[in-house]
Amino acid sequence: MALGGIARAWRSVVTSDVYYSFRSSKVTVAAAIVTVIIFAACFAAPLIAIQDPYDPANFDLGVAMRPPVFWGGDWDFPLGTDDQGRDMYSAILYGTRLSIIVGFASVLLAMALGVTIGIVSGYVGGATDAALMRAADVQLTFPAFLIALTLDGVVRGLIANKVLPFDHDAIALPVIVLSLGLSFWPQYARTVRGTVLVERTKDYVNAARIIGVRPWRILWRHILPNAMGPVLVIATINLAVAIITEATLSFLGVGMPKTQPSLGTLIQIGNDYLSSGDLWITVSPGIMLALLVLAVNLLGDWLRDALNPKLR
Amino acid sequence: MALLEVRDLKVEIPTRRGLLTILDGVSFNIDPGEVLGLVGESGAGKSISGLAIIGLLEPPARIAAGTVTLEGRRIDNLPREEMRKIRGARIGTIFQDPLTSLNPLYTIGRQLVETIQTHTSLSTRQAEARAVDLLKQVGIPAAESRLNAYPHEFSGGMRQRVVISLALCAEPVLVIADEPTTALDVSIQAQIIALLKRLCREHRTAVLLITHDMGVIAETADRVAVMYAGRIAELGPVAAVVRRPKHPYSSGLMGSIPTVERRLDKLPQIKGAMPRPGAVPKGCAFAPRCTYVRDLCRAERPELYKTEETQSACFQYDRRWEKAHA
Amino acid sequence: MVAFLLRRLFQAVIVMLTVALVAFVLFNYVGDPINAMVGQDTSIQDREKLRQDLGLNDPIPVRFARFVANAAQGNFGLSFRTAEPVGRMILERLPATLELSIVAALFALLVGVPMGVYSGLHPKSVGSRLLQAVSLIGISLPTFLIGILLILIFAVGMGLLPSFGRGDVVNLGGWTTGFFTASGLKALIMPAVTLGLFQLTLIMRIVRSEMLEVLRTDYIKFARARGLKARAINFGHALKNTLVPVITITGLQLGQLIAFAIITETVFSWPGVGQLFVTSVSAADMPVMSAYLALIGFLFVSINLLVDLLYFAIDPRLRTAQAAAKAS
Repeated sequence: MALGGIARAWRSVVTSDVYYSFRSSKVTVAAAIVTVIIFAACFAAPLIAIQDPYDPANFDLGVAMRPPVFWGGDWDFPLGTDDQGRDMYSAILYGTRLSIIVGFASVLLAMALGVTIGIVSGYVGGATDAALMRAADVQLTFPAFLIALTLDGVVRGLIANKVLPFDHDAIALPVIVLSLGLSFWPQYARTVRGTVLVERTKDYVNAARIIGVRPWRILWRHILPNAMGPVLVIATINLAVAIITEATLSFLGVGMPKTQPSLGTLIQIGNDYLSSGDLWITVSPGIMLALLVLAVNLLGDWLRDALNPKLR
Repeated sequence: MALLEVRDLKVEIPTRRGLLTILDGVSFNIDPGEVLGLVGESGAGKSISGLAIIGLLEPPARIAAGTVTLEGRRIDNLPREEMRKIRGARIGTIFQDPLTSLNPLYTIGRQLVETIQTHTSLSTRQAEARAVDLLKQVGIPAAESRLNAYPHEFSGGMRQRVVISLALCAEPVLVIADEPTTALDVSIQAQIIALLKRLCREHRTAVLLITHDMGVIAETADRVAVMYAGRIAELGPVAAVVRRPKHPYSSGLMGSIPTVERRLDKLPQIKGAMPRPGAVPKGCAFAPRCTYVRDLCRAERPELYKTEETQSACFQYDRRWEKAHA
Repeated sequence: MVAFLLRRLFQAVIVMLTVALVAFVLFNYVGDPINAMVGQDTSIQDREKLRQDLGLNDPIPVRFARFVANAAQGNFGLSFRTAEPVGRMILERLPATLELSIVAALFALLVGVPMGVYSGLHPKSVGSRLLQAVSLIGISLPTFLIGILLILIFAVGMGLLPSFGRGDVVNLGGWTTGFFTASGLKALIMPAVTLGLFQLTLIMRIVRSEMLEVLRTDYIKFARARGLKARAINFGHALKNTLVPVITITGLQLGQLIAFAIITETVFSWPGVGQLFVTSVSAADMPVMSAYLALIGFLFVSINLLVDLLYFAIDPRLRTAQAAAKAS
């Protein structure tokens, strides 16, 4: 019986308009394939990497600055090594995984935070609503990147003043996810609040309230599903932006540290060697980053067009 | 010679689900100065007919067959630039919603002068004078000062008057009015219709009046064509079609209009609904809903047959009717 | 009209005060001003005395007011890192950033709008699809990667343009400009293109989509039905209606540009306030950070206000709506 349900669900997906628009766009299919390959490769990193790039014990200065295979190097280090003797191929795999994890985590955090605030703000209304939306507006005046950067600086300041008893490198990952998540919430909040305001006045909500259904149940079962469409659209754009922002922060030296490098950090490491012609430390992670974001953007574009009722 | 001749016009739209036929062999004529009403329910193909005539079908919709002839000259296959010269200068158009028909960022004076200068060689000053004159004709008070006003500064009825002036400013021989009063208050509707009627009579302009409102047709039109499912069901003088309809659909249509002269308990309705494009049955499109249906109706598609006063696309008026079985 | 202006001004002030509050908190509670000013071995009593003298033990509202008053005069104390007056550091570097941002914005506008218009008028053409593909890449590539790419091609590869610095600058009464020297102009090219590229793709996409939307409207249909020439329709009616929202969006983006200059300045070692901000974040230099934020906040708010006024001036519907709202 469950099998029948699955078969029916598969049928409805395969014959749906969304799937049709997916299949009929070669670019989107290509993007999907690339994305799957990248994800599979990075999350299988422990299996297919040559070394663990986070463990300094693995680095041998003796093999530092080796070029990649197609540039005079050998297959021991197919994509070359960096200035510490770290294998680039492994570093890129792990680094991409980091970039992806940070991207998803920060988007989920921002979504959770923004949707919650939006729902509360829209449903409760009044002064709470005004205050929350005012805060969102002020924050929206500034680019998210700047806010994330500032938050990172704040954390560093707190550490320097011994308010936070951590070593910055050790907590870099949660700090970045937190900074990014906190910088992205306003968009979600405003969109969800808008939907809540619209739905709240509808008859079915009033009816539920009169019967005595609890507010949170109304929100969860009735209003929230209506808001998820636009939220999904924002999330797809957000993911690409989050990945780029994390890479930028790492490149600037305030994101993931050299002991736990993401793609941005790797690019920054190689930046000093560009003028001497040793390009591979920067170029390979750069290409990977560009591919990743391009694929995410293409998929996001397709998803948005497919979900957009106006274009049907 | 007729001013406008539409012969077997067919409009199709290719879609993912196949080729949809929106207009299926529509034919009618308009004589100089006459008002032809084109009436039918939503989706019957009235507006598409108007758009097809002036060559403004939105791709991928296209004219698949048939001809449109204006003053003896074929216009359905003209190159784009030639067709552009006809629009506005020979055929004027009025659309339904006056608010969205006017560019909100241009003054109405600018929109009028621009249109006038596109089709004539008048100088700006002369064009402005002409514009003021037109505004007066359509009944806009304080016309000179209103030249510098923006569309949103007018009320709905005034805006439609401006639209009418824009449609007539290059002195066309035919005006296509697509639901000109539907978006207006009922009280304004009568004024606008009267205005349109008067102006067209004064300028000897023919009118193709597209609407779903039979009252407007009865008031204004000389002849009327009733459309159904992309085809013409009946065509004839207004009085005849309204009082003595000869097509089962037209009868149903006229019968369902409430009037003060009849006592009714229930508003008569025609059972069923008009088929959508792509779902039109073989044979007569109205057959599934018709009380007089015979096997002939389901097998073949009727043409327009002459009746006493009108032409009707119903086999009842064909020679083969007696021999056909129910 | 006046009521509208007053209301926007009021909102602007609120935002400024909020930003000032954030800057104040950063300045005083995340970093310790005293620590920056004295050495390690200063005694606790001396620190306390210093604290008292500087008024750091006063109640918070008083300190906040003092902070705002100082900020308004450009006084943000001394940098934790270099012990220089922060106000002067920022002022020195401001012209570099502003020049870069304005040139980048002009580049984005002057190239992006025509490309977007072309793409909107001929949406299915080869050129248009090419532009769409290029714009997708432009949006996908992080700014710093674009900068690095340009450096690789034009500096390392071809040796045509400098990869760091501003070149020779001319000092005009406090404002340093690179426009009057060949090396200054050459140094400006790559950073401006890098900074402006994201903007350019954004503008192009917005213009294209606005144009497509406008071309579907009833008034364009009516214009066609009146037999207006294609040029009058596309470049008169359609373009004007397209540009109104675009210009305002672009204006708002100028503020974003100034913030994103942070990245470009780092890649090209451009001596602007952005580079200063990054250095101060790494060093947890709170006075500089808070000064930068206050400055950026002020710039953003002013730009937003100007853009609102511009919108008001351009769209006739708003002027009447305001009057009607007042009358009712």
